[in-house]
Formats: sequence, structure tokens, C-alpha cells
Amino acid sequence: MSAGPSSAGPPGAIRPVSPLLPEPAEIVEKRSFGADLHAFRLRLLDPAARPRFDFQPGQFNMVYVPGVGEVAISISSDPDDADLEHTIRIVGRTTAVIERLGPGDVLGLRGPYGNGWPLQEARFKDVLVVTGGLGCAPVSGAIDYMFRRRASYGHITVLHGVKKPADLVHASRFEAWRRQPDTTVVLTTDQPDRVWRDRTGVVTEHFEEVELDPSRTVVLICGPEVMMRYAIRILRRRGVSDDRIFVSLERNMHCAVGWCGHCQLGPEFVCKDGPIFPVRRLGRFFGVHGL
Amino acid sequence: MSHRRAEEPTPRWLARAELPRLVAALRAHGHRVLGPVVHEGSLRFDDLPASGELPGGWRDEQGPGRYRVSRRAGEEEVFGVVNGAGSIKPFVFAPREPLLQIEMDARAGPGRPFRAEPIRPDAERIALLGVRACDLAALAVQDRIFLRDRFPDPSYAARRGRLFLVAVGCTRAAPTCFCASMDTGPRPHAGFDLALTELGSGGPGGTAGFVARAGSEAGAALLAALALDAAPAEALAGEEAGYQACAAGMQRALPRERLPGLLYDHLEHPRWDEVAERCLSCANCTLVCPTCFCHDVRDEPALDLQGSVRVRQWSSCFDVEHAQVHGLNFRPHIRERYRQWLVHKLASWIDQFGSSGCVGCGRCITWCPVGIDLTEEVAAIAATSPP
Ligand SMILES: Cc1cc2nc3c(=O)[nH]c(=O)nc-3n(C[C@H](O)[C@H](O)[C@H](O)COP(=O)(O)OP(=O)(O)OC[C@H]3O[C@@H](n4cnc5c(N)ncnc54)[C@H](O)[C@@H]3O)c2cc1C
Ligand code: SF4
Ligand code: SF4
Ligand code: FES
Repeated sequence: MSAGPSSAGPPGAIRPVSPLLPEPAEIVEKRSFGADLHAFRLRLLDPAARPRFDFQPGQFNMVYVPGVGEVAISISSDPDDADLEHTIRIVGRTTAVIERLGPGDVLGLRGPYGNGWPLQEARFKDVLVVTGGLGCAPVSGAIDYMFRRRASYGHITVLHGVKKPADLVHASRFEAWRRQPDTTVVLTTDQPDRVWRDRTGVVTEHFEEVELDPSRTVVLICGPEVMMRYAIRILRRRGVSDDRIFVSLERNMHCAVGWCGHCQLGPEFVCKDGPIFPVRRLGRFFGVHGL
Repeated sequence: MSHRRAEEPTPRWLARAELPRLVAALRAHGHRVLGPVVHEGSLRFDDLPASGELPGGWRDEQGPGRYRVSRRAGEEEVFGVVNGAGSIKPFVFAPREPLLQIEMDARAGPGRPFRAEPIRPDAERIALLGVRACDLAALAVQDRIFLRDRFPDPSYAARRGRLFLVAVGCTRAAPTCFCASMDTGPRPHAGFDLALTELGSGGPGGTAGFVARAGSEAGAALLAALALDAAPAEALAGEEAGYQACAAGMQRALPRERLPGLLYDHLEHPRWDEVAERCLSCANCTLVCPTCFCHDVRDEPALDLQGSVRVRQWSSCFDVEHAQVHGLNFRPHIRERYRQWLVHKLASWIDQFGSSGCVGCGRCITWCPVGIDLTEEVAAIAATSPP
């Protein structure tokens, strides 16, 4: 049927391709850290699709298991690597199926979505990374990125808190970071056991011992929102401006493209406006309970 | 599809008895024609009978939590019912829509290679007859989300591009309506192919009919094909008077100029606790709302596990699991979910899409089982905060 004279349709050209289409990728390596955290190195079956997946640390992909579901997972590899890596914690329905997969198996990927950490703006400045609980996946790729380009950053401080020592997965990584020049790593736990050698208490209790020049420090925070709020309060007291404090938020996500409405926080869509926000931008919407 | 507006069209006169000619002309252009049909006690868009006739004389009675339609003796209007629960939203943003077809190879278990193909909706050419100004405004709001944002949605675009919209302006408002305060009605301003105003008199010899205006090339071509006379001056005067009386008589309003600030300044307010005592979190308000766009996307695997379909389905910010992530629910209480709905509709929507998420259709008031009225909720908050 001919289109006929144009009716009062919407203006603007429409891209015919669905942004929801997953791209098959093969697992080429699986590394396990403890029982329920696994890093999957993935290679797109169609190498020509790789340029579309160029990303900044902090951005995420939707990882798809056909017939099961799709989950938002940060990209933990280096942007210069040919393969893409996702470090996935097994918590529920979809991730439980991902846990059973290994080399040779195929997953779907679409992305990258959202924005990255401000790693360009942070060049030649000091960087303080504050992470808490189990939610450090979105920031560990950023730390690796800076160490791979060590000369471009000033003093790097990593403050990491866990509830119990067993939650400190990937411990060797912290040890490796600790051995780097001009670097401070502070590990702490709420519930120390007899072999725990680092600090005790929650992560925010250890801010005092961190030397920090507010005029040349960029802060990256990732973890439970209560921890982030405490950390922000202390950082403000120490003179760090809200423009230099960045948080990575987590919300329910069904689409990652701004359609499904699940990921909203006030006026922000965490999927397309975040997941990383300068605290200044969130303003009054960060810290209101139940928003 | 380009939006080319026709030259400022001469308003035409369509006698009421000639409405079937319009329907026939739309059908001749390949459209399936749907119009307001009373069905099981409410109004909905449904196929018009072969005759192209719409029964006259139906009227609605609406109030918070209350809706009745009945046939009135002595009334002849064919567009006498202002609106029903169903807006035109389902014709573009389908309540349930398969998006992707996934084919897997024969090997058992997850992790198999797969192919994913987009499913294009089999979009019919649909002409909707009797679209109110509020619903046209709501369609423009949804266009901003699904077509003009960073990622345009091909399924929505396919349906949207095949719609032919015949608007009908309102000369009578329901008590729940407040489009005038939202600047979206009662007169349809843009986004239609044809716009009609129904008048009980004003035609030659005081007859009943419609002032008809074209809003697009397709609309102008259709009007030209009907070879109608220009609308008489009395009809144009009657039309104008009808719109003014309708707007002036509206019983509800929102203080649009105080939004979004009023709600942003009161993210904590005792009224949220108070409304949470009444709200059932049933999600009716979001389902009837012509702008709400929240949905879930899920896999529906085939029984033989050789394939799966990714399906999008309407959901609601009132669903318990809407803001749930692993181990944490950001909005566990009704207080927080009602606040999300209202603050999003009336405030954050403006930051996100440059317009309010509310067009003043009043459906959420009528179809709330306990009669919660958003204009009253806003007024209660405003009362504690003089401008
Ligand atoms: C931007 C972003 C980056 C993330 N990066 C990582 C990462 O690098 N590594 C990692 O292990 N996890 C990450 N997560 C969390 C991860 O998405 C969830 O753990 C995962 O969705 C849980 O899915 P599930 O089906 O196994 O769990 P279930 O509890 O069965 O979840 C069912 C559904 O709820 C929703 N959901 C549940 N939890 C979350 C959550 N935390 N965030 C968003 N949606 C959720 C999803 O729609 C999911 O399909 C990230 C989340 C976001 C938003
Ligand atoms: S919020 Fe209520 S009045 Fe406003 S557009 Fe939605 S249903 Fe209509
Ligand atoms: S406001 Fe009314 S319609 Fe909306 S969820 Fe609450 S009870 Fe249901
Ligand atoms: S994840 Fe769907 S709108 Fe953000």
C-alpha cells in the first residue's frame, strides 16, 4: 500500500535497528574469586561489532542469557583490550544461570550504556576511591585503568570496607595496588577475625588518616548508598567540593535506554544520565529516603 | 514521515448525517476506522459498524472513583461522552508487545549460540475518530520518550507512523477534567490530521454537524475529496463559544506555574503519609494514564527451549518490585510509590522531557477505586506552602 499524503505523524527520521538487540559473545576465559564472583572474558562472535562496544571505565553492558533474562553489568576490562570482561556476582535468577557457564558458551551483550568515571578530568590530580561492601565491581576497572597509566595520576588512595573478611574477594588485587608507588590502600572490616591484619570498623571511620588536598583531589565512590552519604558528609567537612565527588548508582534496569522507567532517581534516568553522577548534579534528590 | 502542515485550511461544515461519508473515505484510503463505542459501561475505541454510524445520545457522568454512561433522551450528539478508561495510548505503545525473536541451536542448556531478530509489529493503518485534545497532547508526550529521545523505538515508530488522527474538540468537560489549566485543551491545537467540533446547531437552517479542519496534507486531501461547503459563520461562532464555556466551566485545576518547584520543595511532607493511608497501590491510575510509559521486559522461552521471545509489557511504579534490586527495594512503601508517581508526573517529567507528564485528562481521578484526586493532593501540599 502506498503511504499516501503524509498524515500528522511524528517528525524525525527513525533508525530501523532496535537498540535492544543483543550481540552474541563467546566466553573465552572464566576466573573465579570465591564462590560467587566470577570474571568472564568475552569475545564478540562478529569481530566487526567490536568498535560499537568501545567504552569508558564505569560504563556497563546488558548481559543477556537467552530464554532467561538480561542484567546490567559494568565492564571491568581495560578499554584498550580487544576482549570485554565482566565481573559478575551471583545473586539471583539470571546470574545463577550465568554462574553455570564457562569457556565456549555464548552470552548476549548490548551496550555500552551510561557514562564513565571522570578519568580524563582526574588526570594529574590525586584520586581517592572509596568502596564499600560487595559493590565494588563498577570501580575496580577504573582503578586498573589508572594504574596502567600510573604516570598520568597523582597520589591514589583506595579505601575499601567489607562487613566480614570473607567478603574481601580479589584480595591479591589490593595487595598489588598497595605495592604501587605513591599509593595508599586502606582495607577495613566491621567483623574482624583472628587472621585479619588490616583496620577494623566501617570505611568512613578511616577518612581521618587519609591525607587529602581538596583542591587537587577527585573522589570516586561506589557501594551502598548509606555509606556514600556518610562519605560525602565527611568529604564536605574536609573541604572537597560536590563537583569533585562522583558516585556510581545502582537501580533496577529493564532496558538501559531510557524507556522502561525503572531506573529513575528524581529527574535522572540512572541508565542514560548515569550511572555515575557528580554529587552536585544529584543535589536534593540524593539522600531522600525512598526516592 | 515529515510533519508538513497544510496551508491554514478553510473550516468546512460536515452535517451530522454525513459522518458515515467521512468514515467511508477513510476506509477507502485503507484505514481501519475506530471510534468511541460504548462497551460494558465505558467508552473505548473500537471498530465502527459497516454503516460508519455512531449511535448518538450517550453521556458520561464522572467523579472521583465514579463513572457511568447512559443514553439521554433528547440528546443526539455522537461524541457526547468525553472519555473512557482507555486512551489512545494502546494503539502506539502496546500493552504487551513481542520485541525480539531469539533462536537457539539444538544443543541443550544455556550458553548455546543464538540469533536475535527484531519483531516488527504488523502495524495496520488505523484511523482513530474522536481523539480528544488531552490525548493528542499525551501522544506528543509519548513521542518525546519513544521517538525523540536518544534511542528511538522502532516498534512504537511503526505504529505511530500509520495512525490517522481525527480529533474532536470538547465543548463539554467532565467534572474530573482539567486540561485548560494544563494548556492542552479543550480545543485540539496540533498533531491531528482532521479536527472536528460537534455542534447541536449552526449548520444551514440551524442543523447539527461538525466544523471540520485539516491539520495535515492527508487531512486536507480527505476534506477536499468530501467536497464540503465552508462552515457558516454561526458555526464558527458557536464553536468558539463552546470552547470558551467548556474551559471556563472546568471544576478542577493544577497550579502549573508552581510546578515543579512546589513538589521538589516538599519531597518530605505529611501529606505523603496521609495519601498512603488511602492508596491501595493498585496501579489503576498508571494504567489509564495516557502518558505513563513504565514497562517490564522479560523473556518468554518456548516450551521446546529452542527459542524465546523478549516481550515488553506495561508495568507501574506502584508495583512492589518496580524499584527492587537484588537485596534492596528503593521504594518499599506506598508512601514512596505514590510520591514517585506524582513527583514524576508533575515535576521531574518536565526536567526529563521538557513538558509535564500530566495532560489533565482526569482519568486517574475517575478510575481510582478510592477516588484519590491528584489535584487535591497538590492543593493540600500547596496549602501548607503559600507562594
Ligand atoms: C549500572 C549497573 C552496573 C552493575 N554492575 C555490576 C557488576 O559489574 N557486577 C555485578 O555482579 N553486578 C552488577 N550490577 C548488579 C546486577 O545488575 C544485579 O546483581 C543483577 O541484575 C541481578 O540479577 P539476577 O537476575 O541474578 O537477580 P534477581 O534478584 O533475580 O533480579 C531479577 C531482576 O531484578 C532486577 N535487578 C535485581 N537486582 C538488580 C540490581 N542490583 N541492579 C539492577 N537491577 C537489578 C533486574 O531487572 C533483574 O533481571 C550492576 C547494576 C547496575 C544498575
Ligand atoms: S496524571 Fe491523571 S489527569 Fe494527568 S494525564 Fe495522567 S491520567 Fe490524565
Ligand atoms: S492512587 Fe488510586 S488508582 Fe492510583 S494506585 Fe493508589 S488507589 Fe490505585
Ligand atoms: S533502565 Fe529502562 S529507563 Fe533506565
